Amino acid sequence: MAQLFVNYYETVAMIIFSIGFTTMLLNRNLIKKIIGFNFMDCAIYLFLACKGYVEGRKAPIIVNGVQSVEAYINPVPSGLVLTGIVVSVSVTAFLLALTIRLYYRYHTLDIEEIIVLSKKEED
Amino acid sequence: MALVQNFPFLSIILTLSGGVICSVLKGHGARKYSTFVLCTVLIGSLLTLAHVLSTGEAYVYMMGHFPAPWGNEIRVGILETMMAALFSGIMLLSLMGGMHHIFEDTEDTKSNLYFTLVMLLSASLLALVYTNDLFTGYVFVEINTIASCALVMIRYRSGKALVATVRYLFMSLLGSGLFLIGITILYDITGHLLMENIAESVAVLFKTGTYAFPLSVVIVLFSMGLAIKSACFPFHTWLPGAHGNATVSSSSILSGLVLKGYIFLLIKIFYRVIGMEIIFQQRATNVLFIFGVLAMIVGSIKAIQEKDLKRMLAYSSVAQIGYIFLGIGLGTEAGIAAACLHIIVHAITKPMLFTACGGFMDVSGGSKKFSELQGAGLRDKLSGFAFIVGAMSMIGIPFFAGFISKVYLTTSAIETLSLKTVIALAALAISTLLNACYYIPAMLVLFTHPKKEPVSVHPRPKAMSLSLWMFIGLNFLMGCFSQPIVNAVIQGIAMFR
Repeated sequence: MAQLFVNYYETVAMIIFSIGFTTMLLNRNLIKKIIGFNFMDCAIYLFLACKGYVEGRKAPIIVNGVQSVEAYINPVPSGLVLTGIVVSVSVTAFLLALTIRLYYRYHTLDIEEIIVLSKKEED
Repeated sequence: MALVQNFPFLSIILTLSGGVICSVLKGHGARKYSTFVLCTVLIGSLLTLAHVLSTGEAYVYMMGHFPAPWGNEIRVGILETMMAALFSGIMLLSLMGGMHHIFEDTEDTKSNLYFTLVMLLSASLLALVYTNDLFTGYVFVEINTIASCALVMIRYRSGKALVATVRYLFMSLLGSGLFLIGITILYDITGHLLMENIAESVAVLFKTGTYAFPLSVVIVLFSMGLAIKSACFPFHTWLPGAHGNATVSSSSILSGLVLKGYIFLLIKIFYRVIGMEIIFQQRATNVLFIFGVLAMIVGSIKAIQEKDLKRMLAYSSVAQIGYIFLGIGLGTEAGIAAACLHIIVHAITKPMLFTACGGFMDVSGGSKKFSELQGAGLRDKLSGFAFIVGAMSMIGIPFFAGFISKVYLTTSAIETLSLKTVIALAALAISTLLNACYYIPAMLVLFTHPKKEPVSVHPRPKAMSLSLWMFIGLNFLMGCFSQPIVNAVIQGIAMFR
């Protein structure tokens, strides 16, 4: 239990992840589903970023010549987070485009209603 | 370094840049360019395969010449090059088989975008096959997700296709989310992203017993994430809609190749990242085994109930994915080899069935319902023949491709000598019977004379005939002369360590 408070970044990340996870799966509104997906991804990035952080060290940007390795945090997770953000931005754009198409066609954002309407259609 | 060793890297770059080039070309130009690129990749992969077979050892290709713990790498072995050749070849044949549908089903000004997506999909599949770096794997998994969902969505007239895309996309995103968090935790406990370095650290961790719980969580997350994306049984609900409503080429590509890319990545992670001994000790394979068995039965039963040919084929894919997971779940090297064989067999059979289905739709007014398809096999004889070959192969009749993988699945199940043997043999027997239960009625419908007048028949495009003949030839080749392929697969798996 005490560990949850010591590693509070990770705890918060997991809580946000589960909020996003459930929203994405259970919410019927397409926009809210997309928001849920973004929550989920952001939680993973938070988790990843805090794993690279070392208490009391600086970002690895050289200002006054190279100091010892002990002076900097691990830059790899930050790089991974950046890549991940690019990926989730493009997925979000695709999802929003899809939502726009569905809305033009069925005039609703409720996925259950859309499924019912689409079943009535001819192929 | 021999010239041919550069080719795997070149093929990824060629297909990726092909995606960009196709987006600015007109429809037919994009078609020609993508065909050219796929042919080049196929030839190059075969040359690389010959090279790797002759040297008998895998090699690692450094990107930008940064050595191991820092740089990004791709790894080329027998199994990888075989899969690359298979994927590019089947991609080419699937495209040829449904070419005229592509131009009918997409908007006139946007048909070039279809080829953009195909190029991106090929690039991501090749990268998934070759990559030696887990995070690169993740990035290409996401590219694969977007491209394959867009391949379903591009059939813009059908509302069902749009709905199927939404389902497919959310399930896929769930899968890749779990996969990413798996990579994150694994990076935290090992400090590496390259597969070899992770494997070393994991072996040390396992020996000392530190981080035992996170390690099992990682295994669960990887298996779950990739099982969702490859439509393993409890997560298969998105598959029939997506594969049943897409255009013909998309269905072939999605069922034949995209699912296999993820499964191959899973096998690779099991072997090269976690290490097979640890996987067996954690009993992760047992869960996959049970999922596989259930998929074989449930998928077949669902297929029997279908009234729609394409959806029936899609449910049949669920069952066939079950076979592959059964092979992985057996937890022996022979089981994995049988799973790899089934990947190959299914990749050359299911696209043929979907292409034949496209032929039937052409001669039945575009419908894919059994009630409209009566006698379609008589109106389009070549598609009918291809359908028979495919169905026989899926049921597992000797001299067809499906027989080979079933034989190897059975023998590897017998070699296990445990409770799994009994369950696997029973599941194989029941599922074979069930396969016959839906393929034979489908053939009967396709080959009975229709009561009403047939709709006008326009001649079959040459590309489609060629693609069907190639598929049929591949099937017989695999069915009758499988030994070299089997040997290469076994050699390739041995090379994984």
